[in-house]
Amino acid sequence: MSREEIFKELDEIFREVFDDESIHVTEETKADDIEDWDSLEHINLIVAIEEHFNMKFNMNEVTTMKNVGEMVDIILERI
Amino acid sequence: MRELEYPFDNSYILKHKKLLKRKLLEENNNYIEKKIALLGGSTTSDVKLILELFLLNYGIKAEFYESEYNKYWEDAMFDNEKLMEFKPDIIYIHTTNKNILEYPLITDKNSDVKAKLEREYERYSTMWNHLFETYNCTIIQNNFDYPTYRLLGNKDATDIRGKVNFLTRLNLKFGEYAEEHQNFFICDLNYISASYGLDAWADEFYYYMYKYALSVSAIPTLAYQIANIIKAILGKNKKALVLDLDNTLWGGVVGDDGVENLVIGPETPESQVYTDFQQYIKLHKDMGILLNVDSKNDEKNALDGLNHPDGILKPNDFIVIKANWEPKSSNLEEISKELNIGIDSFVFVDDNPAEREIIRQNFPNVGIPDLDSPYKYIKLIDHQGYFEGLNLSKEDYNKTEMYKENIERKKSMSSFKNYEDYLISLEMTSTIDEFTSNYMARIAQLTNKSNQFNLTTKRYTQAEIEDVAREQEYITLYGSLKDKFGDNGVVSVIIAHQKGEKLDIDLWIMSCRVLKRDMEYAMMDALQKEAKKRGVKEIYGYYYPTLKNGMVRDFYGLQGFEKIEEDEHRNTVWKFIVTDNYENKNKYIKVEDKNE
Repeated sequence: MSREEIFKELDEIFREVFDDESIHVTEETKADDIEDWDSLEHINLIVAIEEHFNMKFNMNEVTTMKNVGEMVDIILERI
Repeated sequence: MRELEYPFDNSYILKHKKLLKRKLLEENNNYIEKKIALLGGSTTSDVKLILELFLLNYGIKAEFYESEYNKYWEDAMFDNEKLMEFKPDIIYIHTTNKNILEYPLITDKNSDVKAKLEREYERYSTMWNHLFETYNCTIIQNNFDYPTYRLLGNKDATDIRGKVNFLTRLNLKFGEYAEEHQNFFICDLNYISASYGLDAWADEFYYYMYKYALSVSAIPTLAYQIANIIKAILGKNKKALVLDLDNTLWGGVVGDDGVENLVIGPETPESQVYTDFQQYIKLHKDMGILLNVDSKNDEKNALDGLNHPDGILKPNDFIVIKANWEPKSSNLEEISKELNIGIDSFVFVDDNPAEREIIRQNFPNVGIPDLDSPYKYIKLIDHQGYFEGLNLSKEDYNKTEMYKENIERKKSMSSFKNYEDYLISLEMTSTIDEFTSNYMARIAQLTNKSNQFNLTTKRYTQAEIEDVAREQEYITLYGSLKDKFGDNGVVSVIIAHQKGEKLDIDLWIMSCRVLKRDMEYAMMDALQKEAKKRGVKEIYGYYYPTLKNGMVRDFYGLQGFEKIEEDEHRNTVWKFIVTDNYENKNKYIKVEDKNE
């Protein structure tokens, strides 16, 4: 799966989790950019992404990812 | 909503909770509103959000109070202005094995372990007692899930220093408290986690990362169970089963295969499946669930099938048997009419997906388990939580008989020339009295179940019922009714409160089973008498229309009240002047007044 394809699928997941059709994520998107993306919703996002790509983040990654770009780096490594 | 019915997809719910909430709120606007305080021993955020969804799906709109992380004890035990102001109807305490303060150690003596068990239990029982005294509401408390490791392996279960043994004994003590307290309910985490799979349930990743005591994926499973308890407390359990026959209660088609070839009995694996299923259904009858048949069959064939020598269920176990070639939906409607209970109170059990779909289209709130293989029938029905058992009242055990008597009454009615003669022939007696402790469960049940003969549709929990019964300024009356066919139990309830010489009627309900029997007049007579005794000069009645209570729109008019107000929503206010020359309106019921 290419980086672009992952971004496309992430868009879908973000839209579902935050119930907002207008969301479009980029390399630089971070929690501050999406209104409902707080630490508690972060869990649901992580769970949804892990399930979708059938992979797991480790504890350190979950707390230190700075933006969606870093998230995609990890996903690419694992699938 | 299908997405929230068992068997549901946990990850779909978690991912789409915002969408689901939006859809639920669009679908319905007729909710019971309740205040629920969630006191957690670990993170509760998603427990709350998912619980909210399941409750909305049951027609309950919850307002939540949520304690800070792991502050359940402090919130419960110390002065808490915020919680006081919130006035919870229900407090749910979400604690788990993570909240045990002192587990036994391998080096502990027996007496040490015993003391630890006592201390742990008392920490909770003190808290519950304090909550009851302070908030007088209903409490739902988790018991304990089993630990993630067993130091002693299998011996952990039997050695009193084992964690498994310790938690088992603590759970039994929680159970005893629940047996002794009517407004206290256990959310059986121990069973729920086992059923989910303990290793998947206790995924420690979520504990270390977010302080969730259970895997996030398991949260919908838990929230669903809490919602089931709450809907049961609020009287929203199902009341009756409507069962198909062919390939549901037995294998084969009785009309085609003949009774002798039906698959039921001890001989084959498949016939055992149907036998066990019939046994499972029969157990519901003793719990007060009304059994009925809705089958496309000639009646004779249906009865022959039910008289199969190896069958567990017999024709006598059912109240209404509809075996004909009418659409099943119209049969269901007729059963609902004959039993006089709302169609939403039924569970429709049928192996045929097409029949289920038609019922679902017509009556979206009927419980419709999606049966597939017969050996899964029991689990598919059982996990729905339709009949979450709370405080079963005496009425429940005899319910099938009561409903049958009612059908006898209807038959006997047609043999009389006029209605008065019929009423006289019933030889009715009634007890009307203020709320007494034996009846609190039944009274609360009635206030939550009555929709048609209900003037204000105000709902009460048992705790609230006990509350008004204690207050001096309240007049509370319950009425029970007996006749020559049997005992109907408590059938009518009035709650009114006095302000000086005025009396406001907060609630007046009656079971529709006893409509047109003069019971409403007997209640009026008793209310008038009690009001007069207390020096009341004017009684005010209120009627708030709902989709279901049209039958009592002019009820107060019939009782001699005068309409004094009507607003744009057709809410009406009625006034009754208490005089010395009141004549009793009830003519056919002999009322036994306990105070005389």
